[in-house]
Amino acid sequence: MRAPVTGEIDRRLLNERSVPGRVGLQLQELDVPEQPLPEAGLLRAKEAHLPEVSQPEVVRYFTTLSQMNFSIDTNFYPLGSCTMKYNPKVNEEMAFLPGMAGIHPHQPDETVQGALQLIWELQEDLGELTGLPGVSLGPLAGAQGEYSGLMIARAYFDERGDSARTVALMPDSAHGTNPASAAMAGLEVVTVPSDSEGNVDVDALRGLVDERTCVFMLTLPSTLGLFEPNILEITNIIHEAGGLVYADGANLNALLGIVKLGDLGFDIAHSNLHKTFSTPHGGGGPGAGPVLVSDALAPFLPTPVVTREGDAYRLGAPGKTVGRVNGFHGSFGVLVRAYAYIRAMGPDGMREVSENAIINANYIRTALSDEFGIAADRVCMHECVLSPTAQKARGVSALDISKRLIDYGIHPPTMYFPLIVPEAIMVEPTETETKDTLDRFIAVMRQIGAEIDSDPDLLHDAPHDTPNTRLDEASAARNPYLRWQPDEDLTAAD
Amino acid sequence: MTTPDDRRYSDEHEWALVDGDIITVGVTQFATDSLGDVVYVDLPESGTEISQFDKFGEIESVKAVSDLFTPVGGTIVEVNSEVIDTPEKVNEDPYSVGWLLKVEASDAASQLEKLMDAGAYDELTAE
Repeated sequence: MRAPVTGEIDRRLLNERSVPGRVGLQLQELDVPEQPLPEAGLLRAKEAHLPEVSQPEVVRYFTTLSQMNFSIDTNFYPLGSCTMKYNPKVNEEMAFLPGMAGIHPHQPDETVQGALQLIWELQEDLGELTGLPGVSLGPLAGAQGEYSGLMIARAYFDERGDSARTVALMPDSAHGTNPASAAMAGLEVVTVPSDSEGNVDVDALRGLVDERTCVFMLTLPSTLGLFEPNILEITNIIHEAGGLVYADGANLNALLGIVKLGDLGFDIAHSNLHKTFSTPHGGGGPGAGPVLVSDALAPFLPTPVVTREGDAYRLGAPGKTVGRVNGFHGSFGVLVRAYAYIRAMGPDGMREVSENAIINANYIRTALSDEFGIAADRVCMHECVLSPTAQKARGVSALDISKRLIDYGIHPPTMYFPLIVPEAIMVEPTETETKDTLDRFIAVMRQIGAEIDSDPDLLHDAPHDTPNTRLDEASAARNPYLRWQPDEDLTAAD
Repeated sequence: MTTPDDRRYSDEHEWALVDGDIITVGVTQFATDSLGDVVYVDLPESGTEISQFDKFGEIESVKAVSDLFTPVGGTIVEVNSEVIDTPEKVNEDPYSVGWLLKVEASDAASQLEKLMDAGAYDELTAE
């Protein structure tokens, strides 16, 4: 790629800006004994193609990239199911304290008592908030939390000699990670239909449970943003069949301080700390997906968990642990941020988080459901799912509407999920947005609604003002170009 | 869009077209309209035995991955390798170049009984 001639953005990668011999950094003098290189067989045969660039070029490159980034710090980001709330900056300060950022996972326990106390208190806080007192902070993301939870369920039944329980039930509105995690855990996935109100079809569920039922995985509130009114009946049905109930905690932001998963009959859950507990996400990580269980399942938790003996905190393995799910103790920096957030909010503040998240979502639902359609016309929880089928009939899709929002500086909501809603647009405003922001979003949506008739190509061709306009998603998926390669490597490959 | 009346339809949005002993299987225009641009199709090996209404593969679009369920059972005698290499053929015309399987069925007549004609299928998708 060439350097741009006019005022466009320079899209060249650092490797493409490389000039042989150009140096951006002066290495300091060697202050340790010089070591010989490893034997020749261990050295790379081909050039590493490290970019040779000046320091200002590097600074400009990354600063430009950061300015092109669309983030919660710059814009409204109502990406449903992802809980893109504002992350208080004080949490960053806490995570970067030298005692937090500078410790090593191999340090002896007695030298990191403060960090272990933080982990223990976070375990306790999450156990209290969810009513599931057994907590391992090890899993690094929601899907790994799911996988850990399902391994716990399998280990629990294996120990009871009930190994024939190999079926994972889940509603047709489930997050895609649920069936994927169940398959990874060696379970057979059976789908439970939703009824016309968007709830789990309880009669269908009753017909599907038997002595092979291992676990029922349910997102609460559901992926339609609805509280499941039959939840107590549902958990009863599963327990009477001898199975366990798993809560996908992706939507925990609607429940804090209002209802506990344990009180509803859930046995296992995961919580996406990076969503509900306000740590930065959306850039690919790191996240944290702690797994939470009832007392009966606590002996099977992934190792390590932190225990307290007197005033001393220890890393330890639960008695019948399913094992280690990553190298060390989880995403410690994320845990610090989540801890700081919970401590700053306090128990009443946690409840207010969920109350305001629910109020904000219902404010948008009531303003837009008449014009844009709604998946289920009743009070929602922390998010609402619009279903613009009337707009589709007028020639624009959920995709067009969402892309047009970018022109107004608003991140597209989640689209085409849950799969059971035609033209789904899933809006999760979160509690951190002001009424002014919500009013502007509503006004913009109505404006876009009017554009469908006045100038539909404004939607079809959107976005217009971004560095990249409408992407050809089909070509990108059909012919993926995933890794930059130097020209000579490309030639060699031919 | 017109639903061809020379074939039978399942409520999972697949069609079955009889030609002698061979039944050709594909997805409907309603399915491709709902899916959007198809980017990947996963089909079984030729020679595989399948039962009516069983899952036989997957179709992936820019929006979602969906299971494919066969409207007729039997022995797969041919799969459309062109849609594996160029999945856009399914969007181009799901009723001709976008076909997926050719199945040899012993009890074709009784299987086809369980499927809909074009009129009934149009009514289903109009809902």
